[in-house]
Amino acid sequence: MAVESVIACLKASAQNFPEKTAFADKDRALTYEELLRTARSIGSVVSSYGLRCPVAVFMDKTAEAAAAFLGVVYGGCFYCPLDSRMPVQRLMTILSVLRPVLMITSRELEGRARELGYSGPIRCFEEISQAPDKGKELDAIADGIDREDPLYVLFTSGSTGVPKGVLVSEGVVLNYLEWLEESFSFTHRDVFGNQAPLYFDVSVHDIYGALYFGARMEILPPSYFSFPVKLVDYMQERGVTAFLWVPSAMGIMANLDVFSFGVPEKLRYVMFAGEVLPEKVLDYWLEHVPGAVYANLYGPTETFVCTAYVMGEEEKEARLRKEITGLLPIGRPIKDSQAIVLDEHLLPVKEGEAGELYMGGSCLALGYYRDEQRTAESFAGSPRLYRTGDMVRWNEKGELCYLSRRDDQIKHMGYRIELGEIEAAALGMEGISACACIYDEKKKRLILCYAGREQEKKELEKALADKLPAYMMPGHFCYFPVLPQNANGKLDRKELRRML
Amino acid sequence: MEELLDILKEINPDVDYATCTTLVEDGFITSMQIVMLVGEINQEFGVAIPANKILPEYFNSAKTIYALIQELEEE
Repeated sequence: MAVESVIACLKASAQNFPEKTAFADKDRALTYEELLRTARSIGSVVSSYGLRCPVAVFMDKTAEAAAAFLGVVYGGCFYCPLDSRMPVQRLMTILSVLRPVLMITSRELEGRARELGYSGPIRCFEEISQAPDKGKELDAIADGIDREDPLYVLFTSGSTGVPKGVLVSEGVVLNYLEWLEESFSFTHRDVFGNQAPLYFDVSVHDIYGALYFGARMEILPPSYFSFPVKLVDYMQERGVTAFLWVPSAMGIMANLDVFSFGVPEKLRYVMFAGEVLPEKVLDYWLEHVPGAVYANLYGPTETFVCTAYVMGEEEKEARLRKEITGLLPIGRPIKDSQAIVLDEHLLPVKEGEAGELYMGGSCLALGYYRDEQRTAESFAGSPRLYRTGDMVRWNEKGELCYLSRRDDQIKHMGYRIELGEIEAAALGMEGISACACIYDEKKKRLILCYAGREQEKKELEKALADKLPAYMMPGHFCYFPVLPQNANGKLDRKELRRML
Repeated sequence: MEELLDILKEINPDVDYATCTTLVEDGFITSMQIVMLVGEINQEFGVAIPANKILPEYFNSAKTIYALIQELEEE
């Protein structure tokens, strides 16, 4: 199915399945007909603020927030989801980079939205979702959207302390959806169980996957991931057939042996992305949900999903018999995307040799929003290539295998974190003269080591809470009179780890 | 109870476990920390907490967690 825009997907699904639920959360559901009407109303309002302009969506994780995204796109603009739980200072930094023409919020969050230092117009979802439809004028705007137009901007952790806004076009997402259609057999009967926050691009798969196939996105209650038996019951009740989760979420279920109390019986697609899936977690899932298709998707926000590994039936059986072991590859480039693995001299590596992964083709983001210099540095060359910072190797089957990071970026609970951003935030605090953030893989926690004035944990947390989202907050703080240095006078992270 | 408090303090030292009855509700313990806590309890007390007992009512205070451990020890 070749479609020209995500709005064309919405219109097609609304025409084919008007009464079917498109997006649902614990408390409400929107049918495709309602979704189309809501998106058109919002689009009619949005379009009066400008075309191809950024619109911030400051709402809780609900079906309505996803509808607001589509309303922004319908109105010829692109959206940036803002997490309502994020620290005010971080939201203000994002807004200062984004400079949106409009902010959409909910009545519940309106008061907080007005405290973010944003001087532009703020409109409530409850009001604009009932606005009059501009009819043909709106149709003309939506018809004018093409694949090169921006769809969303997502802010990711930046090593200098300022989050980076990755601007992604409609074409990137449509190319991915076409690949999904070619590679799997999703239908309008599928139910995508959403786990990822809406400001995380894993949820792009859920929103637009549902839209493309006329399926349903079911937002799973985040608190249920702490009580996985409740989660399994909920998935069963809501008929979840497919998901794309971060491995941490799958690990919780495996580590607590949840499936000894029941398995979501309708599940037929188990997809994961965002971090490495531990082998024992994969084994647990294969053992308890053997009938599902397993797929490992890979891609930084700058390339959305750019490579994928889909496990074949033979391999699945061999893994169940323990004849095959080891981590899953990240696979091959998806449709119209290219992968190149280069050594430090920028020469292609041989099979089996480690090198850095560069990606090109239809998976590439447009760049960093309002940051031409960084865009030129990271998306260099002609044709453009994105330097991922991930070290990989080709295996004998021509698949890519992830090895490690080239820099200090880590994955914590599926979130991409630049340790430098935490360090930059800490260095901006009073009494801290030097610091280093270390990730304890075993205990899955961030440790901030610092020198200067020794402070209470509460005091440090309070100061950092204004700057960092909860998932970036160090779980442990260690004071050192002096941080260890190597012979070159640089921070010696190895020695620091030893001292902990 | 002392051993349990040591484990909980390691996870989050800033909570007053004598009075707090909203450990999960108020986010003092995250889902990943619950997994860690279950593992630590298994190691320290030799008690495997089954997933169907991992519910807010058992994990909202040190007292209820301890009562759960005792209940499972008796089984």
